[in-house]
Amino acid sequence: MSVKTIAGVEVNVSEEGYLEDMSQWNEGIAKEIASEIGIELTPKHFEVLNFLREKTEAKEGLTIRSVGKSGIVNIKELYALFPKGPLKFSSKIAGIPKPTSCI
Amino acid sequence: MKNLLILGAGTAGTMMANHLRPKLYLNKWKITVVDQYKTHYYQPGFLFLPFDTYTESQVKKVGKRFIPIGVNYVQKKIEKIIPEENKVELEDETLDYDILIIATGSKIAPEETEGLLGPHWKKDIFDFYTFEGALALRNKLREWEGGKLVVHLTEMPIKCPVAPLEFAFLADSFFRKKGMRDKVEITYVTPLTGAFTKPTCSTALTYLLKEKGIKMEADFAIEHVDNDTKEIVDYEDRRIPFDLLVTIPTNMGDEVIAKSGLGDDLNFVPTDHNSLQSLAHENIFVIGDATNVPASKAGSVAHFQAETLTDNILLYMDGYSLKKEFDGHANCFIETGNNKALLIDFNYVTEPVHGTFPFAKIGPLKLLKESVFNHWGKLAFRWIYWNMLLKGIAIPFVSRNMSFKGKIFDIKSDSK
Repeated sequence: MSVKTIAGVEVNVSEEGYLEDMSQWNEGIAKEIASEIGIELTPKHFEVLNFLREKTEAKEGLTIRSVGKSGIVNIKELYALFPKGPLKFSSKIAGIPKPTSCI
Repeated sequence: MKNLLILGAGTAGTMMANHLRPKLYLNKWKITVVDQYKTHYYQPGFLFLPFDTYTESQVKKVGKRFIPIGVNYVQKKIEKIIPEENKVELEDETLDYDILIIATGSKIAPEETEGLLGPHWKKDIFDFYTFEGALALRNKLREWEGGKLVVHLTEMPIKCPVAPLEFAFLADSFFRKKGMRDKVEITYVTPLTGAFTKPTCSTALTYLLKEKGIKMEADFAIEHVDNDTKEIVDYEDRRIPFDLLVTIPTNMGDEVIAKSGLGDDLNFVPTDHNSLQSLAHENIFVIGDATNVPASKAGSVAHFQAETLTDNILLYMDGYSLKKEFDGHANCFIETGNNKALLIDFNYVTEPVHGTFPFAKIGPLKLLKESVFNHWGKLAFRWIYWNMLLKGIAIPFVSRNMSFKGKIFDIKSDSK
């Protein structure tokens, strides 16, 4: 774990750059992480990000399927918003932990 | 007389019956276990079946054998749970309960992926998460002459998350032994960021893929199987060709959970992570693969959960508050081929660590490091499963919560 300044705010991040504490997140941080990845955030992106954050707060597991069933986007659209690894990038931008397996 | 009803006589349900029967007065609590299937499978054995390491009879037994005396065993289809009335409808009768334990597990749902159950299913496309699938794959591997082997997992969560990777490792050894490794290209395909998703593990274990010549395709979320070209296709139209596809389809909880309105979109029951009480109904408890808790879906997890859940059921019966105790502890052997294995020990928040197990400094098992001893441990585990684990006998020196003695936490990751 290390401390990084993103959008002028000092936040704790994992070795892979994921926020350790989702309450430190704000829209400015989201925009800066997104631009590092090469994504420009639109209102649609934020709808997905907020959905992911709500699910995480409710301690529910995140899957591409659950985003696809959210009524916000279907899976193809999710890929269009976050190309080449939608969950990996969307969770990083949403300030929530990276989806992992057990190893 | 009160009724304690357990749905499912798999690993978790059978252990709960064995834990609870000796602790409850026979004249106060009637325990009933309902199972929809006659056979109890040793599911970790499904990994070895395709490679002819285990025989059929080593991985299956009659489920009733493991239910203790004094427990009523019913082998019938479960139609619906009606929590408002504390009732469970079976195919031809209705059971009342005061306390319900849901242990209906999870299973593969290949119908969730378009094209998977097409003309190549069980011919060139196999699962090994069912007894029938593992056997069909064994027969295929006995005669297969080589080509592109794709080992693929559809989406998380899956039962035993490392099994597909172990399958790839064992396949490498299997084809080497057969003298045909040069005729087989092995590719591992995952929707996650790689075979190893946690920094300690990718640091310690990435060499394995290289050593075994296994190719990686990461961040691949399958959209459909193209049966004409024999390719799996993702949502960005990335295509991976196969001659033989070994896939872990979507895993879902039992349909009865969906029919009863008790599950999430994968039919897993929302459950308190630490007490194992269902979030919706205070007299319903959930254990093993049936829960939605973010622990691995594995027998070792069910084993550790069973100890906490037993205490909590007894506390609940007497009106006390529940222990928020379960920490997501899992302890798993990972086969790496060539008669070696790794051992990992972790929980909800702690990544797999280095060190020794179960005794600090002594071991004899080594964590996160390949050894022959770990492989023997994995093979010995089949005996432990049938003779100790299902019967609810505690495994000596292994505690329900993760122990931090003798473990090393300062492994730094190479990757950023």
